[in-house]
Amino acid sequence: MPLLTVNDLRTYFHTRAGVVRAVDGVSFSVDKGETLGIVGESGSGKSVACYSLMGLIPKPPGRIESGTADFDGMDLLKMSERELNRVRGRRVSMIFQDPMTSLNPFLRVEDQLIEPLLLHGLADKQTARRKALEMMEQVGIQGAASRIRMYPHEFSGGMRQRVMIAMALITEPDLLIADEPTTALDVTVQAQILELIKTMQQRMHMAVIFISHDLGVVAGFCDRVNVMYAGRIVESGLTQSIYYHPSHPYNEALQRSIPALQPKGHELFTIEGQPPDLTKPLDGCSFAARCAHVGDLCRRGNPLLKEMKDGHSTACVRVQEGGLELK
Amino acid sequence: MTDQSATPFLDIQGLKTHFPVEKGIFFRKTVATVKAVDGVDLQLRQGEILGLVGESGCGKSTLGRTMLQLLEPTEGSVKLEGRELVGLSGSELRAARKDFQMIFQDPYASLNPRMTVYDTLAEAILAHKSVHKSKLPEKVAELMNKVGLSPRFIKKYPHEFSGGQRQRIAIARALAVEPKFLVADEAVSALDVSIQAQIINLLANLSREMNLTLIFISHDLSVVKHIADRIAVMYLGRIVEFGPAETLFDDPLHPYTRALVSAVPVPDPDRERERQRILLPGDPPSPLNPPKGCTFHPRCPYAVEACKASFPAWSHQGNRQVACIRLDALD
Repeated sequence: MPLLTVNDLRTYFHTRAGVVRAVDGVSFSVDKGETLGIVGESGSGKSVACYSLMGLIPKPPGRIESGTADFDGMDLLKMSERELNRVRGRRVSMIFQDPMTSLNPFLRVEDQLIEPLLLHGLADKQTARRKALEMMEQVGIQGAASRIRMYPHEFSGGMRQRVMIAMALITEPDLLIADEPTTALDVTVQAQILELIKTMQQRMHMAVIFISHDLGVVAGFCDRVNVMYAGRIVESGLTQSIYYHPSHPYNEALQRSIPALQPKGHELFTIEGQPPDLTKPLDGCSFAARCAHVGDLCRRGNPLLKEMKDGHSTACVRVQEGGLELK
Repeated sequence: MTDQSATPFLDIQGLKTHFPVEKGIFFRKTVATVKAVDGVDLQLRQGEILGLVGESGCGKSTLGRTMLQLLEPTEGSVKLEGRELVGLSGSELRAARKDFQMIFQDPYASLNPRMTVYDTLAEAILAHKSVHKSKLPEKVAELMNKVGLSPRFIKKYPHEFSGGQRQRIAIARALAVEPKFLVADEAVSALDVSIQAQIINLLANLSREMNLTLIFISHDLSVVKHIADRIAVMYLGRIVEFGPAETLFDDPLHPYTRALVSAVPVPDPDRERERQRILLPGDPPSPLNPPKGCTFHPRCPYAVEACKASFPAWSHQGNRQVACIRLDALD
């Protein structure tokens, strides 16, 4: 049984410019201990989907229009703020892109680290302090005993991200949602942080939802991948099959436009046009306007994810009908 | 780093940019110096694309800005086609800027939100050239076509464009004066992969068509590898390795380049899983008090006592130049 099952999640933002359908019917599940990657370009709804699960969508203008998110028998979307507070930071934790804005600049690192333990009543102050120190050592901060009394600004970017990971994991959650956790970091530091998350994940047997726009990072880090476009999941499957056997034209085009995979000196493949305006009603496939393989079928109805084989699903109607072979 | 050709297009010698750190309100005293760029030599051929890579704080942006005299160098010389740029007076520099332009990371911040595309581009054209007013619309439309923007957007404001289109406007503005030399500082870093590809293609094509010399500054090595002819790797204010893009990437020599290249994630699951990463300990040190000797020695797995003595002299390895005394010990 999956740890988290999200079904038909819709999060809309009601703005003056119209209703933005940021997340429009998203369903996926995460098993215990597995790493699920969610990739997509900016505005594809990958972060909004996960913020919705954590009750972090500002309401208004945001509104969760439909959906369920079953986490260990509880529906995260129907919970009151009080009930959510018992889950957030204890069983489901989150880390963000920019550690400086998510750490409190006025509090010593130690006080921030022990907060989750105290709030959830998992330890008294003394035990919490001891645990915080252990955690600092586990995430690889040298001289933890003295550095724990410092303020966030006294740490470098990579070290702050380590502190944030320590804070998120101190309650030993079942699920960690990591929203672009290495995007703001340099490559050599990124390599360290990814290694750290992996080690901690194995040590604690937790599941990770890894949100990223970087197909390189996701390739090495995730077991399964969901590809999002314009608020919908367009393809989902095991990492290998997503990369080696793309079965949605958007995913295929995305892979072809990465410089790392292209022979040098050649023109990079580009996707013409822009993602659709999410305030306008959309008939048919959201990628149809930019797709090289578009057909008549693509402009009608609302294409749904359909499993083709071995857990590999696509929302492309042409692939589903067998009329289109990619790569 | 010396080139065999007679007069290099761009010739940088011993360039240093230091920033004083001051303390006190009435009696300001310099308490320390940030050595952002600390002795860079570089020669470029006309029409080539140089990729300048390194991690944040290594001084790559400062180097780019100092070359174009947007920052005043502390020491050293920058010659463009044999002409010294350091120490030019305000009006001389203004005239010289016709030859070199810059593109920045965030096009929204570098475009005036109250000016239409037409105003922005016309201003740039008029700043350096006497084009008759009646010819302006034609000239602006020509520029827009060059960067792949439809001239029917001519009356639109920056906020009406997407990130990629805005970057095209910024590129068009830079091209308005028909420069010979362009510095693109993280020009594609804020863009999504599919849009990024469009801008990379555009820059590569423009460089080829107009014989434009381009310095492409980026932290993203795979992008740089794709676009650049040669790559210079910077660490803490100095260039540590310089050579043709492909060889530098496939067979890095300097221990820092090795670690950097090995840390770049490859979008290929099998290769990514098998790959041996060189995990460097710690963070890049601060340029405020850079380590003595080779600046990389505190993080270098091959460092010996001699590395702490002085910054290594350049050694030529084929068509490459490396600043490391331990090359024999590697492999």
